[in-house]
Amino acid sequence: MIEFLSSSSFFALALALVVYAFADVLQKKFKTPLLNPLVVSSAVIILLLVVLDIPNERFQAGCQVLSYLLTPATICLAISFYEKFQALKHYLPAVIAGVLAGVVCSLGSVYILCKVCHVDHTVMLSLMPKSVTTAIGMALSAELGGITAISTVAIVITGNIGNMAGPTLCKLLHIDDEISRGVAFGTASHVIGTSKAIELSQLTGAVSSLSLTLAGIVTCLLMSFLAQYM
Amino acid sequence: MKFLRQMCIIVLFSFLGEVCRAVIPFPIPASIYGMVLMLAALALKIVKVEQVKDAGTFLVSFFPILFIAPTVNLIACWDDIKNDLLVLVVIIVVTTVLTFGVSGLVAQWIGRGKGDKNHD
Repeated sequence: MIEFLSSSSFFALALALVVYAFADVLQKKFKTPLLNPLVVSSAVIILLLVVLDIPNERFQAGCQVLSYLLTPATICLAISFYEKFQALKHYLPAVIAGVLAGVVCSLGSVYILCKVCHVDHTVMLSLMPKSVTTAIGMALSAELGGITAISTVAIVITGNIGNMAGPTLCKLLHIDDEISRGVAFGTASHVIGTSKAIELSQLTGAVSSLSLTLAGIVTCLLMSFLAQYM
Repeated sequence: MKFLRQMCIIVLFSFLGEVCRAVIPFPIPASIYGMVLMLAALALKIVKVEQVKDAGTFLVSFFPILFIAPTVNLIACWDDIKNDLLVLVVIIVVTTVLTFGVSGLVAQWIGRGKGDKNHD
């Protein structure tokens, strides 16, 4: 039985999709970012693989077909970016300045704290892209020689912090206008933060979505330049 | 047929991204080159939004499930991080709060400066 599951062509893919569908229903029911479907489904799958003694390599091979979609799907982020860009042209200087400052701050603070805490170099490289959206962060982590698994988990945690602490941080730091709030959510906590920004106001959500793509591009450019010095 | 044509354009840009990745000696993912090229094509009206939107929305809806296998792969590197777990979480929390504050405040500062000029 276990042998059959390990060698089946569709078991891994079916498992991933079914468990994710359940996790998605669970989040819609309880409406808390803590039950992030990606985290819940990954945890359940890890548990099942360990309990059923199915090798991780077999699961990875079964899901390989999905990784094929990553590049085309990421390219499609350009479509909504272009539409938002047209609508938000007026706010561009503030958005660009905020995103640039945020990206420099994110990369700089991760680098400094990792050096201070003697974090392993490969783990540090995996944490660097943690504020950008998973598709870009994961690809960038792979380019830099990081561990993509650590990056995806760090990215999801980061998104949830922005989602949950964002509204409080806005009040504490007196980030009052809709544009600046959107820049903060998008730059610091990508798509997961953007889902909270949309709740605050439509404009904040749109700016957040614009900022997250811009932050992804800026992070890649900056890291490609900095990588040679690390 | 419409869907097929849209997929053609998107896959073509994926391929162009790969070509850039192979030719340009920077550690930038092929998907970023493809995205920037797509953005340029949209801005220059070489590609219209309607020509890629349906297939694009469909592909983007796939995103979360594309990340399941990479996250499950945490099994493979668990030994590398289990001793540093608390430190890593603290680093993630501190840097995220910093990034949130800095990006928001800088955007607000620049936005206000511009607003003042408009008053003059």
